[in-house]
Amino acid sequence: MRRRSRSPVAVEILRPFGQLFAFILITAVSLSSFLISLAFVMRGSNADQVLMEHMGQGLLGFTISNLPQVLVDGITIGFVYAAIALGYSMVYGVLEFINFAHSEIFAIGAFIGVEFLIALDNGNRLAGASIGQSYLFLGMAILGGMIIAGLAAVTVERVAYRPLRGAPRLVPLISAIGVSFFLVDAIRLIESVTTGQFYRVFPTFGNFDQIIELAHFNALGFPVNLVIQVKSLVVILAAVTMMVGLSSFVNLSKIGKAIRAVAQDRPTASLMGIDVNRIIAITFLIGGALGGAAGVLFALKFTRIDPFMGFFPGLKAFTAAVLGGIGNLVGALLGGIVLGMLETAAGAYLSAFTAGAFGAEYKDIMAFAILILVLIIRPHGLLGEQVSQKA
Amino acid sequence: MKRISFVLGIVIVASLGLSACGGGGAKTIKIATQSPLSGGQSAIGVDIKNGAELGLEQLKGPLEAMGFTVQLAPWDDQANPDVGVSNSKQIVADPAVLCVVGHYNSGVQIPSSENYHSSGLANVSPANTNPKVTDRGYLEVNRIVGRDDVQGVVGAEFANSLGVKTVYILHDKTTYGQAIAEYFKRQAEALGMQVLGFEGTEEKSNFDPLLTPMLAANPELVYFGGIFDQIAVFIKQAREKGYEGTFLSVDGFDSPEAANIAGETITAGGGTYYTTVAGPAALYPGTAKFQEDFAAKYGAAPKPFAAQGYDSMSICLTAIENAAKANNNQIPSRPAVAEAVRALTDFPGITGTINFNSKGDLTTALYFVIQVVSADPGKWNENPVAETLSIAPPE
Repeated sequence: MRRRSRSPVAVEILRPFGQLFAFILITAVSLSSFLISLAFVMRGSNADQVLMEHMGQGLLGFTISNLPQVLVDGITIGFVYAAIALGYSMVYGVLEFINFAHSEIFAIGAFIGVEFLIALDNGNRLAGASIGQSYLFLGMAILGGMIIAGLAAVTVERVAYRPLRGAPRLVPLISAIGVSFFLVDAIRLIESVTTGQFYRVFPTFGNFDQIIELAHFNALGFPVNLVIQVKSLVVILAAVTMMVGLSSFVNLSKIGKAIRAVAQDRPTASLMGIDVNRIIAITFLIGGALGGAAGVLFALKFTRIDPFMGFFPGLKAFTAAVLGGIGNLVGALLGGIVLGMLETAAGAYLSAFTAGAFGAEYKDIMAFAILILVLIIRPHGLLGEQVSQKA
Repeated sequence: MKRISFVLGIVIVASLGLSACGGGGAKTIKIATQSPLSGGQSAIGVDIKNGAELGLEQLKGPLEAMGFTVQLAPWDDQANPDVGVSNSKQIVADPAVLCVVGHYNSGVQIPSSENYHSSGLANVSPANTNPKVTDRGYLEVNRIVGRDDVQGVVGAEFANSLGVKTVYILHDKTTYGQAIAEYFKRQAEALGMQVLGFEGTEEKSNFDPLLTPMLAANPELVYFGGIFDQIAVFIKQAREKGYEGTFLSVDGFDSPEAANIAGETITAGGGTYYTTVAGPAALYPGTAKFQEDFAAKYGAAPKPFAAQGYDSMSICLTAIENAAKANNNQIPSRPAVAEAVRALTDFPGITGTINFNSKGDLTTALYFVIQVVSADPGKWNENPVAETLSIAPPE
């Protein structure tokens, strides 16, 4: 029998897939078993009676019937968070500071992509587009969003961070928050010039809105109906591609090696002939481009975008990055998926489990509760290593 | 240091001089408007302002004949209570302002009008429907549209007439959206409908977590109390996930932008209805000329509440004129204008004959139920009226 070849190329491309699958499985199983056991324990409670009275279905049945859909929706939004979190992690890994303007880079990407599609729509190119063409247009929109968002990120780095590189840590952080406010208002200004209206709507075209019925079965006697939209699949696929691509880029390419070297020890890397400024600019370019692509995916999935759209997804992606272990690319992915699932589950179940006392509006609290818990219990995150303080 | 204080001194002197000049035009009267001129809800807010602007141009004649200069002072409240209140402080501080046309959002009008009340400044609201707007009993605050406690009931009665047995209620957690959803819920329960859920959300993009339990409950009708830029996104996502029932919404939904956002999904399944206190301008008998003039001036048909903006302005101008006549053709005091607004009887507005009761509500207001039949934003004004009701406000 031939020994399995363990070429680095195969490992670096296959490993993320394996990890991805394992993460999703572990998160889904543990979250489901937690929710089902909670529902099991709470049977006969007030919440159970309220549900029984309203839907003729107790808490356990309600939980089981909805669980597959909640997990699928959670994975979808989790991938969006993960895609944004990659940008935070890239920059943190190299510079050890949080680029709070990343959420606006995300918004810029979304606006570029949507404006491009709206322009096509106004030219009546979307209406009669075939399936192949519509995917081509979406791909072009994502590419455009990536390029402009990447360039915006590089500009932000050049203008707001590079001059402050020697400064104490708090200084670039404040500069980042300032840039973030500036960008929000800049987008708002530009977008409201023509119509006075600064939100945009993702045009309807292709088969993205179509629903695929994945499963229809009975679990423990409770009916389960699981659907997924084509656009959710596109989001997941695109995000996976981004992650695998980034992972292999960082681990296999020469520039990736240089990025890792700069991340590990900036002065020594520069002594070895690496142009540190250039490498940092490339890091921002890649991080921004991924953020921009995530923006277009977000617009595709949720239709409506506005200049403030980056704030909450940005904070959540940041939480995901911290949860996974900031600076760790695989951790960003894990954090995104865990957070997306938890948040969706909270939105779907809080109201039922508390008999209406807490509603779906509290789902956003999950992210911040997790952030606080992680910072208290495991500040280096799930996959992060304890970094020894640099001398 | 010396130079700085010198520059500062010049600036202070100059600004004193300027403000003195500002007070110099003794015969200037300003009428302020407050509505969202930017942001997601600006589509409606701008047309409220435009309606008022058109009203000012067409109806300022009598005041100008008395030797006054009449100006519009448009303010942007951004649909945000904080901005509205801070604008209201500046409006109140300008002695030339004698009347305020405004607010689109009840949540903005209620805190802002506390300032109008404490300074005696008359406020005519073209769009605010929350009961609290007039229930505080302020002499200064009036509205020319109906109330949510009636509109919610109208919605529930209409749902009942459709034969709906199960409803799911959502709201946007604002003063306006939550209150109207609660009035709807109360009446729906009283009529024997089953309320499967009552949820609030500020989310504007990701409705997946809300949709899963809603689809599991499979209600015949979903009621959403809120504003179009949120509701339309929700409708689109719900339809895409396979919801087949009927949507019923509120006057905040009344904007062509809703059709733009939701696209074809707005007419799918059981369809979409909304109740409103202000139908399209074409619904009112007196608005033919207004529609023509508006389209000529702004290049588009008036959006909902534009005609109400016009009428609010017309009420302000007439009240100021009456108060000025009583004051020997001098600029009247603010309280005198507020009294004059309330004192108008059988005022011929383009949206109907206007009479205020002791609280500032119309003695009878019109409520409409409208069905959305086209996904084309340009045809929004042609949506047919399913029901028209004329109801007096509750005591």
